[in-house]
Amino acid sequence: MTREATNESVQKVIFDGLEEVGAEPAEITRTASFEELDVDSLDVVELAQIVEDEFGVRLEGEDMKGLERVDQVIDLVVARA
Amino acid sequence: MSPDGCAIVTGAARGIGAASARTLAEAGWSVGINYRADSEGASALADEIVQAGGEAVAVQGDVRDPDAVDAVFARMERDHGPVLVLVNNAGIRADGLAAQLGDDDWDEVIATNLSAAFRATRRALGPMLRARFGRVVNIASIVGPRANAGQANYAAAKAGLIGMTKTVAVEVARRGVTVNAVAPGFVETRLTDGIGKEALGAIPARRAGAPEEVAACVGFLASEGAAYVNGATLVVDGGLSA
Repeated sequence: MTREATNESVQKVIFDGLEEVGAEPAEITRTASFEELDVDSLDVVELAQIVEDEFGVRLEGEDMKGLERVDQVIDLVVARA
Repeated sequence: MSPDGCAIVTGAARGIGAASARTLAEAGWSVGINYRADSEGASALADEIVQAGGEAVAVQGDVRDPDAVDAVFARMERDHGPVLVLVNNAGIRADGLAAQLGDDDWDEVIATNLSAAFRATRRALGPMLRARFGRVVNIASIVGPRANAGQANYAAAKAGLIGMTKTVAVEVARRGVTVNAVAPGFVETRLTDGIGKEALGAIPARRAGAPEEVAACVGFLASEGAAYVNGATLVVDGGLSA
């Protein structure tokens, strides 16, 4: 079962997900960029899988292109849910 | 060893696919026996595996249809957890000299033997990355790396499959996911029916291979022990291309 995608729930899942793919917990904020977090393209693919598992929102490659900051992903997921 | 997940073998109602499903079940995997039309063969195989103490279920789905592939994965995920082993085995041949090979025969072989394997692989990778474990085994052929008159479509698809194997392997290797290919030579299956037995003389082993001999290699590549084998093509041809 997937859960409701609110701003708070999505932020928590994304933050946890970023930690899961190896980002430094202290550096994870809404405005941090993937580059700053040292999150690469494969990490982003994994993050998309985490989002799909948790919220049932499928993010394709096209969707993720051009997203550079954490809050952009959070906003996209909330909008799509 | 089946770390909270399951396996799918496409085109597994008979031949190399069926033998691979048996091998994976013996290794402890819950196996989805995917088939397109041979429900009798797939169900009989699932029964056989269950009676032998393993776990298997026949799952219908035409691999050329992306929605059907997704449904096969969803069904296995729902009942058995993430798909951590994928064997892309479904394949057809439609032979003819290139000068006379029809568009349909070209397109169908590429769609089934190459594009379908890509889509299933793409569908499989996300959960494998998350699990930090995954095994994709693509059933290629020695036809592709080698020429075989009358099989331009089949050769293109199988060579493509080997190319895809290598590239996907390097993309996902750092997450514990391996993507390898097995390249059988002449193996006795329905796919090789009608191919002249005189060809056997050219094989150093002087015999055709058995589906189980290919499945043994699939089983190895799917195992924990093959964790450091990635992007490889394991040739299983009785020495033919040595």
